[in-house]
Amino acid sequence: ALVINDPDFQHEDLNFLSRSQRYEQAIRKSSLMVMKLREYGIADPEEIYWFKSFVHRGRPEPLDLHLGMFLPTLLTQATPEQQDRFFMPAWNLEIIGTYAQTEMGHGTHLRGLETTATYDPATQEFILNSPTVTSIKWWPGGLGKTSNHAIVLAQLYTQGQCKGLHAFIVPIRQLGTHEPLPGITVGDIGPKFGYDEMDNGYLKMDNFRIPRENMLMKYAQVEPDGTYVKPLSDKLTYGTMVFIRSLIVGDSARSLSRACTIAIRYSAVRHQSELKPGEPEPQILDYQTQQYKLFPLLATAYAFHFVGAYIKDTYHRISGDINEGDLSELPELHALTAGLKAFTSWTANAGIEECRMACGGHGYSRCSGIPDIYVTFTPSCTYEGENTVMMLQTARFLVKSYTQVSSGQRVTGMVSYLNDLSRQRIQPQHVAARTVTVRINDPASLVDAYKARAARLVEAAAKNLQAELNHRKSKEDAWNRTSVDLVRASEAHCHYVIVKLFTAKLSEISNAAVRAVLTELCLLYALYGISKNTGDFLQAGILTDAQITQVNQRVKELLAIIRPNAVALVDSFDFHDVHLGSVLGRYDGNVYENMFEWAKKSPLNKTEVHESFHKHLKPMQAKL
Amino acid sequence: GVNPDLASERQTASFSVEKLTAWLDGGAEHTRLRRAVVEAIECDPVFSRENQYFQSQNERYEAAVRKAVYLKKKMHEMGWSENGPEFKYIYRAVSGDIAFLLHRIFIRSISVLGSDKQIAKWIPLASQYQLIGSYAQTELGHGTYLQGLETTAVFDITTQEFILNTPKISAMKWWPGDMGRSATHTVVFAQLYIHGKCYGVHPFIVQIRSLQDHSLCPGITAGDIGPKMNFEHIDNGYLMLQNVRVPRENMLNKFCEVQPDGTYVRRGSPKINYFTMTTVRISLISDEVVTPLMKACTIAIRYSVVRRQSKLKPGEQEAKILDYQTQQEKLLPPLAAAYAFYFVNNYLQELFNSAYREIQRKNFDLLPELHALSSGFKALITQYCTSGVKTCLQACGGHGYSLLSGLPSLYTKILASCIYEGENTILFLQTARFLIKCFMAASTGQSLPPSVTYLAAVKPEKCPAKNKLDFLSPDIYTEAYQHTAVRLISSTAAKLQDLIQSGVKKHNAWNQCTVQLVQAAKAHCHYITVKNFAETVEKLETMTGIQKIMKHLCDLFALHGIFSNAGVFLHDGYISGAQMDMVTASYLDLLAIIRKDAVPLVDAFDFTDKSLNSALGSYDGQVYQRLYEWAQKSPTNKQMSPAYEKYLKPLLHNTLSKL
Repeated sequence: ALVINDPDFQHEDLNFLSRSQRYEQAIRKSSLMVMKLREYGIADPEEIYWFKSFVHRGRPEPLDLHLGMFLPTLLTQATPEQQDRFFMPAWNLEIIGTYAQTEMGHGTHLRGLETTATYDPATQEFILNSPTVTSIKWWPGGLGKTSNHAIVLAQLYTQGQCKGLHAFIVPIRQLGTHEPLPGITVGDIGPKFGYDEMDNGYLKMDNFRIPRENMLMKYAQVEPDGTYVKPLSDKLTYGTMVFIRSLIVGDSARSLSRACTIAIRYSAVRHQSELKPGEPEPQILDYQTQQYKLFPLLATAYAFHFVGAYIKDTYHRISGDINEGDLSELPELHALTAGLKAFTSWTANAGIEECRMACGGHGYSRCSGIPDIYVTFTPSCTYEGENTVMMLQTARFLVKSYTQVSSGQRVTGMVSYLNDLSRQRIQPQHVAARTVTVRINDPASLVDAYKARAARLVEAAAKNLQAELNHRKSKEDAWNRTSVDLVRASEAHCHYVIVKLFTAKLSEISNAAVRAVLTELCLLYALYGISKNTGDFLQAGILTDAQITQVNQRVKELLAIIRPNAVALVDSFDFHDVHLGSVLGRYDGNVYENMFEWAKKSPLNKTEVHESFHKHLKPMQAKL
Repeated sequence: GVNPDLASERQTASFSVEKLTAWLDGGAEHTRLRRAVVEAIECDPVFSRENQYFQSQNERYEAAVRKAVYLKKKMHEMGWSENGPEFKYIYRAVSGDIAFLLHRIFIRSISVLGSDKQIAKWIPLASQYQLIGSYAQTELGHGTYLQGLETTAVFDITTQEFILNTPKISAMKWWPGDMGRSATHTVVFAQLYIHGKCYGVHPFIVQIRSLQDHSLCPGITAGDIGPKMNFEHIDNGYLMLQNVRVPRENMLNKFCEVQPDGTYVRRGSPKINYFTMTTVRISLISDEVVTPLMKACTIAIRYSVVRRQSKLKPGEQEAKILDYQTQQEKLLPPLAAAYAFYFVNNYLQELFNSAYREIQRKNFDLLPELHALSSGFKALITQYCTSGVKTCLQACGGHGYSLLSGLPSLYTKILASCIYEGENTILFLQTARFLIKCFMAASTGQSLPPSVTYLAAVKPEKCPAKNKLDFLSPDIYTEAYQHTAVRLISSTAAKLQDLIQSGVKKHNAWNQCTVQLVQAAKAHCHYITVKNFAETVEKLETMTGIQKIMKHLCDLFALHGIFSNAGVFLHDGYISGAQMDMVTASYLDLLAIIRKDAVPLVDAFDFTDKSLNSALGSYDGQVYQRLYEWAQKSPTNKQMSPAYEKYLKPLLHNTLSKL
């Protein structure tokens, strides 16, 4: 409320502004925000997060990379002397920084980056270069127009040898005039699907020199004579990645929840066609097809919410271990978050679009707010690790665990179900399924079904991989020829983890009514997942034809059971109208009159007769 | 020059790209004509789309109007006419980025629904642009369900006029294109009342803006509905009517008429109002749905052989991303689908032409089948192509997200097609209604329309395939699709019967089965698509190279469908678990085979660089250079942003003391 009622943060509906105007508004609000945060003395990261999300209403903003990457990287990777030089100026926004990693030709595969930093012992400087077009830094947020510094990732060359990627603090614009420095070419990469507020930028460096002390040297170091000192462990970087991916899982839950809120409220307001002859048009939420589109997504939003919380907790727990030097749980968590990041962002991405489609034509209007949620969310399938690549990372861990089990070792954690495979090895194929008797109204039993499916698909992928390896020389080639199977195995694993976490959550709920409705959602989530992947469950013999028919039937019964609570379940997400940014999803449901009010403000309506009439139409009619 | 990574793909083509293009066009002479039209339009700077991605809604709208006006002149210069062979290529050449598309629907609805007298009066005015038309059906609160419209037209015998009204806010016309700013006239669909009795929805020609100064006519409130996901160049509008009077002659009356004394006369089927929608549904498939998918495939596949990422073999350079199986699995099924739906569109077009000839003779017998097929196929094709374009967009990683890739605008545009001209779920249910009816008729031995005769045929209970190669036989997979369609239709029909017999009211039973009904309708359309693809390939016997690659695409389309809907095929054991593994193996083999011809297969679509308007998808593959050059044209780089002086500078300097 502090923010919502603050007149300084008000502005025209962003849908009616051009990109430059939206950028300007965002900068204005960010500047104000920083001052107000300091004024109110808000310093707790959680509180800053909420403050920020109300100022920018869940949209990206030009200082995101400064606050989210530049400052934290200084904290974790700079030496104390470097912190003295850079941190306070950056904290006080004399220095505005960004984080320049991705290049035009290189993304997720970090080793492929081409930017070079060559050490010159004569002057004790690094010479930075963008040797090719593909090596131009491309995409970093805040780089185009806002930042005057960047942390640049580049291949370090010293004493004639490449030492791999390292981070350098590079000034890019003149303090005072904000003009690019000589040797620096910097600009905005142009319009995108979304992120209108963000000046994603490019950066090209030609023999640009920075002092030796600008390399971030808390871990690796280059001494004045050019001697390279190696860092201790590289597993530490896992920590940051796990953290960021856990944020994306949370974001998947939130974005999908927002879209569900809009679509479900609107479906209660919209009336269409007839269900019973002679009666008035019913709410579209009464149609089975509409429920079938929206309620599984609602259940998914809840499921992801619990998954996000779980990863965050696990991360904090493990962070403690890491500080004490225990890195044993990190590989599994790293593998799991890679897959869950991909699974949840893919599902949420498709789900947001489903919600929009479920709102028919009006969903397509910007006033519905869903287009904005979608374009803001969809890049998360690509950034912080492209999803397919993420799935294959999880698969690598699964195959490794499977190999350990087949060689007689035991594995722990979420993959421990693979241990059962070795016990059943005496039996012929599709062993995993045999032990399961599925009771379709019992979440715990469904967890077992998902477990059996995951085990079966991991085993199938591992076996196919082995078969390919027997045929071919190259490991990489065999891996590539199995990758469709491997992705399926990862998906099944993640799906199992989510059903398991959701089910586990139910027992923690003390309020009986809440537990009842969440149990219904949990069942819907699990059963809907089965009905969408019947092939896996049938082929592995986990479920019979008759059970699949029952599952399909039960899904439809659950839709009717959830229907009376649907609006209450989205109201529980507790999104403020301002944060929702949707005419269709308003809490008060006064949709149509407000759509009309909104449309009247459209730029095309600024004059009664559009200038095109005088410029084009009238002359044409006169001539014909 | 051409990027060597792209050039090498073209050297290994297994067929002649030029021959495939000519075949797709329906003959080399059509290709020549198409290229001439495209060339004439694209070399004209008025039609340039160079700055499209940088323009505001107002600028886009103005450009679209300018182009539409100029096109009229251009056609005159070139000697092209609306009925000439060039016409269908013009729309493709301007990539739909033009105003007055609804004006054309205005004209078409008058030609179909109007009497000879009305046609003689309005069509010349409209084709000379003495007036600009629109087509106002959808309301703020009502879409696909026509009977629910609330706008009223009351006949006033004393003045021989209809009085049109928007009784409440949800009845406001909302969405019609060209209506927000441009149109002077529109066809309004309203509930007709005579002597207090409602006769249902009828079309009326209503003038909304002055022909002199373009101001709104008395009783009219109209404007633009505001920004959308795409179609910034179109002024989708709203319209409110308050006691607007139009003469009796303004009701389109080929099929029904109100006589001066208020007598209501119907000629022909009441279904005829649906015919315009059927026409529009079929006509949009090619230009609005299949073409965008073809473009998206072209962009994504070309980019995927230029983009290199990670290593497949140690020591070698980074691999083309199209060499990854996961990338092939994303892009090649949509490519096969683009071909599949291109051929289905030809099939629908033929069906439409024969139905149209019959309707002109007032024979409406073919209408139910045509309506059912056009509904289901509109839904299936728009859904499939939309998700295909989305996959292409996501397969291009970060650069796909840039507007300069061309993919976001293809996506946001095609996805509207899932809603306009009938929301897809409702359309599937219309097809399902037809299928259930036919299935019942078949069980009592009645004769069936050609597309559904298979419902009466008896077929084997198990798939006869013995090894993975058997699944490359069109008979095997076509029968699998047929079997599945029959199973889903018959089991849903049985479920409906059971529910009704157990005392559930008919409409409730229907609603309880709708999820299954949608699935059944999809299975039917999917089956027809596979069957039609296989038949098309068969007819290619004189062109062996092309037949071979088309056969691969047909196999891929069919097997991908089985692979991704495995449960439906496994369900009653028609395909066994072991057979499903064969399907998967054959499917994955096909990816590697088609991979080799992927670039030639998109080259054959023959899009010019200008029509793709994509920094990633150009013919020469100079992706990075072009991205860099185009980005520099962005207005954000040309103008000094006021943000620095106004906000950043104070932030960087003055405020520090306050912190």
